Amino acid sequence: MSTVLTRRPGLAKLRVRSGRSPLHLVCLGLVASVVLAALLAPWIAPHDPNAVDLGAALAGPSAEHPFGVDAAGRDTLSRLLLGARTSLLGPLGVVAFSTLAGVAIGTAAAWRGGWLDSLLSRATELVFAFPGMLLAVLVISVYGEGLLAPVVALGLAYLPYVSRLTRSLVLAERARPYVSAYRVQGHSALQICLRHILPNIAPVVLAQSTINFGYALMDLAGLSFLGLGVPPLTPDWGRMVFDGQTAVQHGYPLSAILPCLFVVLTVVAFNVVGERWADRVARRDR
Amino acid sequence: MNFVRFAVRRAAEMAATLLVASFVVFGAMYLAPGSPASFLLSGRSASPEALAAVNAQYHLDDPFAVRYLRWLGDMVQGDFGRSLTYRTDVSRLLADRLPTTLLLITMALIVVVTVGLLLGRISAVRGGATDSAVLVATTLAVGTPSFVAAVLLQGLFAVKLGWFPSGGAGGGFLDQVWHLTLPAIALALYLIGMLARVTRSAMLEALAGEHVTVARSRGIPERQVIRRHVLRNSLGTVLTTGGLIVSTLLVCTILVETAFSIGGIGQLLELSTTTKDFPTVQAISLIIVALFMAVNLIVDLLLPLVDPRITLGTRGANA
Amino acid sequence: MTRGPMTRPPRPASANGSTASANGSTGSTTTLDVRGLRVTLPGTARPVLDGIDLTVGSGETVALVGESGSGKTLTSRSALGLLPPGATTEGTVLVEGHDVLAMDADRLRALRTDTVAMIFQDPRAALNPLRRIGDFLTESVCSARTGDRAMGRSAATARAVELLDAVGLDDSALKKYPSQVSGGMLQRVMIAAALMGDPALLLADEPTTALDVTTQAEVIALLARLRERFGTGLLFVTHDLDLAAAISDRVYVMYAGRIVETGPAETLFARPRHPYTAALLASTPRLTTPGGRLAAIPGQPPDLRTPVTGCAFAARCPLATEVCDEHAPAPLQVSEGPVHLAACHHSDRLVGEGSAVDA
Repeated sequence: MSTVLTRRPGLAKLRVRSGRSPLHLVCLGLVASVVLAALLAPWIAPHDPNAVDLGAALAGPSAEHPFGVDAAGRDTLSRLLLGARTSLLGPLGVVAFSTLAGVAIGTAAAWRGGWLDSLLSRATELVFAFPGMLLAVLVISVYGEGLLAPVVALGLAYLPYVSRLTRSLVLAERARPYVSAYRVQGHSALQICLRHILPNIAPVVLAQSTINFGYALMDLAGLSFLGLGVPPLTPDWGRMVFDGQTAVQHGYPLSAILPCLFVVLTVVAFNVVGERWADRVARRDR
Repeated sequence: MNFVRFAVRRAAEMAATLLVASFVVFGAMYLAPGSPASFLLSGRSASPEALAAVNAQYHLDDPFAVRYLRWLGDMVQGDFGRSLTYRTDVSRLLADRLPTTLLLITMALIVVVTVGLLLGRISAVRGGATDSAVLVATTLAVGTPSFVAAVLLQGLFAVKLGWFPSGGAGGGFLDQVWHLTLPAIALALYLIGMLARVTRSAMLEALAGEHVTVARSRGIPERQVIRRHVLRNSLGTVLTTGGLIVSTLLVCTILVETAFSIGGIGQLLELSTTTKDFPTVQAISLIIVALFMAVNLIVDLLLPLVDPRITLGTRGANA
Repeated sequence: MTRGPMTRPPRPASANGSTASANGSTGSTTTLDVRGLRVTLPGTARPVLDGIDLTVGSGETVALVGESGSGKTLTSRSALGLLPPGATTEGTVLVEGHDVLAMDADRLRALRTDTVAMIFQDPRAALNPLRRIGDFLTESVCSARTGDRAMGRSAATARAVELLDAVGLDDSALKKYPSQVSGGMLQRVMIAAALMGDPALLLADEPTTALDVTTQAEVIALLARLRERFGTGLLFVTHDLDLAAAISDRVYVMYAGRIVETGPAETLFARPRHPYTAALLASTPRLTTPGGRLAAIPGQPPDLRTPVTGCAFAARCPLATEVCDEHAPAPLQVSEGPVHLAACHHSDRLVGEGSAVDA
């Protein structure tokens, strides 16, 4: 209509959009290479990760063992590569479980509202009171060590983060006019949720899950470090730190420091990629 | 709504959640495969009489509800049962180890609050290269699990450089502080990163507020603008992380105390988990959950004092 | 109720003795004198402000009218030295003869506490929600001033109570938080706060836009009354032409960072000599408009990212010819009598009602 003078928008619009940050690109590369390493580990590992060569125990880097040998005489590089599998598989399970269940619960709570919503928000509050690690420790003390129990426990602990996010997203989405338009046209609630709402909220939820992946990796590695996660002989980064800790105290830090670095780099990479993704989605929505 | 009524209601809600939490903790142990008696006898083939004696001693024959209520009643009275591993009262075990853990957590908390707030503040106020540097540092910190920090600090400062002891809790206050310095830093690192990021974004949000421009336009010195209008306004957001910080500190002691062989609550939890010492695990879990809720309660009560826009009990709505 | 401490002693003539040549009322001094102000922001293709000349005499009310993004807010904020980070400036902004753009931090702070005060658009956003209103009122005179100019807390509170009274509020407001009072009351607080330092120049940046209509009228009346009583110069930034006509002695019309027309309020609105002013008037809803037609201005104001050669309004102007795209018009006197400048190559063609610009 008329051009008359709306409220001033300020100068914020003028801010120059920064291009792709180098940090983000590096992290994207890291995620890709770690995943690739985990997939190809059996073929690219130079040694059997459990082959013991006691004569070479705690040896430094050499042509045969580029990352050295641990205290039990096993090749560190091979264990790191195969360890990527267990170290990524656990968090993957946590994230898959928490995402699927969280989205289902969050959507149901937002769509149905009422008693279901308040019951779920109470339950959420309860789960929030148990930090992920504590819940996992509880479950492990009951069911014994292994990978499955802590993965389920952490999945449960991470679930509220996803369900709460989903709930708020679905509530916002539900208020938009297109949803009522579909309802008027006689589409069922399930149909609208699956075909329209879920695809719309998926990017935000998946970005959150990417960040959760990093945290799950941290927690699971911590449990393995305590000797409560994966079984003793399995190559796993957390377990390797546990195995190498005695060597650290005797001045041979390499076999413990390398898995430490792998854990940190992987977690940081997943965090940065997830946060960047969440930022982009948020900007798109604005 | 007046303050006392709000506090009472909030405390009652907390008690209810805690009750459910205790049920979860107790129920989990009840569901454990195999009878507790066989754990108690640690796999020895026991005579029926011995089994009966153990069952009677630990009231294992009673129905679930009776056992839960008895356990709950004991917990409320401060009787946490008897440790299966140590064959002593759990409360005794806790009392022996609590001072060390409390000192460790206090030290870590001081580090987290001072360094985290400082980093967040200079990152938000200075911007530019300082901001980028702090962002990279906090990104690394947030990605470093405390056990990794523990092992790295141990390898560098204790083994290689020899500045600090590599383990143990030490005796006497100063010696303890010296022993616990590395563990406290390991414990704090992740939370420093988190708090710095929260502080930074809260301050940036406050800095972008029109009231800051207005304060500057009225000739108020920049330091005072930052203190009275930016830092003050981000305090509420920072405060809401209090519960998370304390519970993370508590839980991560399990990793750090194990890494540094410090005989505290965390190490006790790790040991009793490995040995299936249920009463000890139950007690420690419940204490952690209760502390988390207590801190959150305090935060809820403090928040309206920090931010007058938040009327009591509407924290979610106004956040 | 007039009281001693609130009335201003007559100000001495400003240091360089520059008299307000532009405002016609000879003898009075110039409080604000902006000369050739050009402000460039990083990452933009043209200056946000491009050669602004503007004066406000002491005790005079001047309106600055323009669309969003025309630079009127920036112009008014330049009098406080309040420019966006990274901005580069040319020209001078003289307040009582001293160049604001050349001041160091301490001088600037003194200027902001004592000489120039601003009333902001949205009082809800302008007051820190976590601090009491009393604190807001006294903050600048208590804590910002240094040395012998500093005011004690009790003296400041006493003055705050006086000023609250002057804007029609009682002292119970001192203890309240901003969220506890209405928007209209908050804007009164804002005005009282602006008067705390007894300023020579008040800048009002759309002080009524965020308020509802009945409150708007009250606030405007209050502002006019206070300006008279305290004898301050007032630069009134608005996009509301009727308001500008009602309150001001003289008007500046801005478009895309330039002053396109200036003159006495009555003349300018009755006989606009710049097509933009005419178009603005034609697109303002008015009950008394003959024929009741509203004419929108086609097109959009130029973006800061595209450079402008010639007249910035040319693309939207019905009178535009080739010369408009090539040469920026200089402001020229367009009528007999008091200063009335228009920056248009074709201002001669705009006589009468401005009906030529109807789209």
